[in-house]
Amino acid sequence: MSETDTQSQRKTLLKSRTNIQGLDEITGGGLPKGRPTLVCGGAGCGKTLFAMEFLVRGTLDFNEPGVFISFEETEKELASNVASLGFDLNDLLRRKKIWLEHIYIDRGEIEQSGEFDLEGLFIRIHHAIESIGARRVVLDTVESLFSGLPSPQILRAELRRLLRWLKTKGVTTVITAERGQGELTREGLEEYVSDCVILLDHRVNDQSSIRRLRVVKYRGSTHGTNEYPFLIDEDGFSILPVTSLGLNYSSSLKRISSGIPRLDTMLSGKGYFRGSTVLVSGTAGTGKTSIAAQFVEAACKRNERVLFFTFEESAQQLVRNMRSIGINLEPWMKKGLLRFHATRPTHYGLETHLTTSIKLINSFEPDIVVLDPINAFVSGQNQTEVKTMLLRLVDFLKMKGITAFFTNLTSADESIEITDVYISSLIDTWLLLRDIEFGGERNRGLYVLKSRGMEHSNQIREFKLTNQGIDLLDVYVGPGGVLTGSARLSQESKDDAEQLLHRQEIVRQQISLERKRKAMEAQIALLRSEFEAEESQALKVIGIDKARDERFTHDMARMAKSRMSDVLTKPARTVKNGKGIRGSTR
Amino acid sequence: MKANHGTSKAGRRTVRPAKSRSTKWLLRLYVAGQTLKSVTAFNNLKIICEEQLKGQYSIEVIDLLKNPQLARDDQILAVPTLVRKLPVPVRNIIGDLSNTERVLVGLDLIGHSA
Repeated sequence: MSETDTQSQRKTLLKSRTNIQGLDEITGGGLPKGRPTLVCGGAGCGKTLFAMEFLVRGTLDFNEPGVFISFEETEKELASNVASLGFDLNDLLRRKKIWLEHIYIDRGEIEQSGEFDLEGLFIRIHHAIESIGARRVVLDTVESLFSGLPSPQILRAELRRLLRWLKTKGVTTVITAERGQGELTREGLEEYVSDCVILLDHRVNDQSSIRRLRVVKYRGSTHGTNEYPFLIDEDGFSILPVTSLGLNYSSSLKRISSGIPRLDTMLSGKGYFRGSTVLVSGTAGTGKTSIAAQFVEAACKRNERVLFFTFEESAQQLVRNMRSIGINLEPWMKKGLLRFHATRPTHYGLETHLTTSIKLINSFEPDIVVLDPINAFVSGQNQTEVKTMLLRLVDFLKMKGITAFFTNLTSADESIEITDVYISSLIDTWLLLRDIEFGGERNRGLYVLKSRGMEHSNQIREFKLTNQGIDLLDVYVGPGGVLTGSARLSQESKDDAEQLLHRQEIVRQQISLERKRKAMEAQIALLRSEFEAEESQALKVIGIDKARDERFTHDMARMAKSRMSDVLTKPARTVKNGKGIRGSTR
Repeated sequence: MKANHGTSKAGRRTVRPAKSRSTKWLLRLYVAGQTLKSVTAFNNLKIICEEQLKGQYSIEVIDLLKNPQLARDDQILAVPTLVRKLPVPVRNIIGDLSNTERVLVGLDLIGHSA
């Protein structure tokens, strides 16, 4: 590497933004400006498309014209290929924004005699760059040179010279190369292109394909090191970096009703958090979709928009089934508040599902998104992939403040908690539906397994589907265990009878108490009247005594008067105030 | 480059040694400037042609530096490239033509002489 190169690297690395969805996030701003980037991958992994989008977006979004040197496809083929992605290449060619040049090499026609160099190629690239003032250059599968021309040693040296020369031209270059056995590229190009290497991969797992992108190396810059799934669709490339979403979304304090009053009560009386992720899991036929539908109906009644992804039923079937439990979704569909999107999970790969979902969400702008059910994606051992997909979807929804509602079918023979452990961490509110088999019947139970950020009931509720919608009932919890259904009913009526008896007993006791009180009061009255009688008798005697006393005193005084006594005798007074009188009353 | 030549276009020099017989061989040599390789190639070609095709050939030398557009039109990558335009089919030989045998094979002349 030359001296100037090392010097320029000490400066902050300049980057050319690509505007390829997601790529700039992963690379921290784009591809290294004025340097070559190697894009390698197997056949059909999207190298050419990547390169073309780099050029087209470069000229459209950043006004940097580009040269596309194609060693494989002709100009016509290229133009028609990218037309399917919505790029009007012919228009860009006419306006001299893009220069397409097909380099045709046919090994069969070429004989070598003595030394040669690739000055012809240099001249062509130079001419192309000068013609439109290009800032970006693509060499699509430059390795075709090796199959087309003899003498690999010369070619290697010339390629090295070409890359150095492109650097001095200051054009940002993308070089594509076939993936080789055990090496990144078939001809070891990664040795020459040392600035940035991007690996594209196209895998098929369980009959569905996944495309992935990885930045193998980016000299002088940090970059995302993961494998990022990407998609190629009518809008070109879209890479979905997991990390770029991150955990920096704001959380709403607003609550929304679940549509089931008793369930709201279980969730501290207010329902789910807006923008949270709700999971309803349960075994087959426990009413997961019904809970979802009830939630949807409640949301539509609040005039909110709902996007319902259904992976097992068609929209019509779902609407019909929900009508049987008194939930009519059709008016909301007609009103445009509710949209169904029904696809089979096997229809396309996880990444495509994710990206189409995100696209639909972006265009419909719902308040609530329902996925019914998420386990439909799990096939074989792809739980990690499903989790990554859901993680990205959840992050995306949270960033947008959209409430997510997932249902999940769990298999009966495994513990529910274990089955769902791979997504548990993503879920804010987790409702569990289970069937309770007892006394020859099967009933549904519901409880809140977890609900982040709110107080929630720890009680199990009996969950009933009526033609009026969903109803939650208390289950019978007694010495006989948890009882539901008719067992609960019979136990309840037994309890009622017992209670009646008990109440009667109380009434009886109350009556007898009253009777006792009455008896006691009667006795008190009797005693009082006896006492009164005695008292009056006593008072009478006292009266007589008094009168007698007075009479006696009076008599004494008269007697003294008649005897002309000068002093009134004292005994009379003593009798009146002292013991004398009491003694006399006895 | 030495040879008696009539210039048709800028960058194109045509060598016509004999006018009496009809020219059966039309050869074009693409070069990029007067480098050692291109001079060697031209001289080597001249010698071979004089030996094998005396009076039946014409050589057109095209300097791509002067006429870069032709590199695209004629699909030239390597330099020097010798193209046998006539007789058909078109044949390409790259290099400084120092290996006479390979040139003869490339021009399909080995069959003639042997």
